[in-house]
Amino acid sequence: MKYPDKNGHYGQFGGRYVPETLMTLLLDLEKEFRKAIKDPSFRKEFAFYLREFAGRPTGLYLASRLSRELKTLKVYLKREDLLHTGAHKVNNTLGQILLARRMKKTRVIAETGAGQHGVATAAVCALFGLKCVVYMGAEDVERQSLNVARMRLMGAQVIPVESGSKTLKDAMNEAIRDWVTNVKDTFYIIGTVAGPHPYPEMVREFQSIIGIEARKQFLAKEKKLPDILLACVGGGSNAMGLFYPFLDDKHVKFIGVEAAGHGLHTMAHSAALCKGGVGVLHGTKSRLLQDADGQVQLAHSISAGLDYPGVGPEHAHYKATGRAEYVAITDKEALVAAQQLARTEGIIPALESSHALAYLTKLARKVKTPTTVLVCLSGRGDKDMNTIKDLLFHE
Amino acid sequence: MNRIDNKFTQLRASGKKAFIAFLTAGDPDLAATEKLILAFERAGVDIVEIGVPFSDPLADGPTIQAASYRSLQKGTTLAAILELVKRVRRHSDIPLALMTYYNPVFNFGEEKFALQARAAGVDGIIIPDLPLEEANSWRAVAAREGLAAVFFLAPTTGRERMGAVAKASTGFIYYVSIAGITGARQAVPSEIVAKIRLAKTLTDKPVCVGFGVSTPAQASAMARIADGVIVGSAIVKEINSNAKAKDMPRRVQRFVAGLVRAVKR
Repeated sequence: MKYPDKNGHYGQFGGRYVPETLMTLLLDLEKEFRKAIKDPSFRKEFAFYLREFAGRPTGLYLASRLSRELKTLKVYLKREDLLHTGAHKVNNTLGQILLARRMKKTRVIAETGAGQHGVATAAVCALFGLKCVVYMGAEDVERQSLNVARMRLMGAQVIPVESGSKTLKDAMNEAIRDWVTNVKDTFYIIGTVAGPHPYPEMVREFQSIIGIEARKQFLAKEKKLPDILLACVGGGSNAMGLFYPFLDDKHVKFIGVEAAGHGLHTMAHSAALCKGGVGVLHGTKSRLLQDADGQVQLAHSISAGLDYPGVGPEHAHYKATGRAEYVAITDKEALVAAQQLARTEGIIPALESSHALAYLTKLARKVKTPTTVLVCLSGRGDKDMNTIKDLLFHE
Repeated sequence: MNRIDNKFTQLRASGKKAFIAFLTAGDPDLAATEKLILAFERAGVDIVEIGVPFSDPLADGPTIQAASYRSLQKGTTLAAILELVKRVRRHSDIPLALMTYYNPVFNFGEEKFALQARAAGVDGIIIPDLPLEEANSWRAVAAREGLAAVFFLAPTTGRERMGAVAKASTGFIYYVSIAGITGARQAVPSEIVAKIRLAKTLTDKPVCVGFGVSTPAQASAMARIADGVIVGSAIVKEINSNAKAKDMPRRVQRFVAGLVRAVKR
């Protein structure tokens, strides 16, 4: 059976847990989305901007020096880090802004944590001359000042969110509040495969280009499919983009890597799938970090892009059905993996993607026979250089 | 018969409109909430809506967000709020509705929650982030326990959907006066009159208006077109600005009495 069902459910997960004011809008959005993806002119336009603006297709690169260190593993990297704005996020913002234009919306809003989705949204708004408002937790505005400057340079208004924990989840609350208030002219570009239906499906659709390309490229190079797909999971958009086109290739194993922060035994992690319970946040039912009363808890990760207490509902479904396995990597392990890739391949990965890379070492210890692994290198590490510098080269 | 249904039957018979007062449970603390509910009753409030604090109140404006936050800092839980209702029930028969986001209910367990809420003396439940599409099991559970399951109409709700919501909602129908979040506003939109008239052609159930009503003048205007008026943020603000005063419940009672008078005029 193909998921989601007609009300946006993935098994027991997903759905639309939103105020009534948004329901009509979500139903309209779904209708427009379905029309658009069947419309050859939309597909052509989307492909055009992915190629000309974002720089697709991205390469599939055999990391041979890294593979040699990992012995039994042959590692290919899907180079989303080479995309314009520095990460896979722009695939989705391009798709959604083309939809916003079709729906004649004049104003775009977005939430952002590390600022990557905010930057990718600001860029496409500048591209089409749409007004752009980005909600960002006040704490994150402090921590990610460079990305704030990038967004402002491209004409976006960045609004620091002072409520709650002042991080990504509160930025998303505030974006939803704005949306409820300005439903008529505003399009909300959600950055990950979470939020109310149809967002998880829509973001999956726009990010699937990652897996579609990677599948073809891998087949051309290896004349077979990879044994394992590996990607980091915060909300889970790069992982879903990679996994989904391989869904029916039952022998291809999916592994999603969450952020274990200071360790899964502590309270300071972001592992909603490994450690969270079932609950409802930001319009969707999924797994999330919460206390016994259903109050949402704070997440922690060295990488701001994984620092979210929830996760996309389809990942929760993949976990429930066993289609994917989910593991977690600590801050320290991710940092070591970033150094390893930089040293062996001359590529500085984003700290988010470094979580996926870090799992390779663990995998190499388990796997006895030669195994091919396709890793989504979802973003580049430029944005993390301040963090890395402070941790590794403090004088 | 449910106390909320009883109340509307009485009001209808006397040609009066309902005044529904909201407060956040546990702000400034649960003992104060208990006193405030009784003060509301003395002020002539018809139904009290008790807000259950949530970490991520995405339908609420700054006033109720801040109240929820203060309440959670004090350690308020859903179980403790049900205990509070039991205590109130020793002194009062005023209709009580809980307003809660869905996640605390889901975590508690829909059935266990409905059972305990009913046993404690709650009459209705309002869940702002549970639209009809996700509410099948909840509606069945609430009906079994005789709890009113209140659903919302919004300015964006089309005619067909209005009919479905009106049919499903029990106790009353919550009409959201403006597209937006809770909180006091200066103006009340004009299209609301037509919208409520339309809703009332689709149902005999009481239609009550909330979101953005803060002054006696606004409350009075709304009472002319709807069956009831709900005021939240303005009352929560009044509670907070008097939180330190010894006679806080009495001060808030005076404020609420002004709103009641405006609605009953």
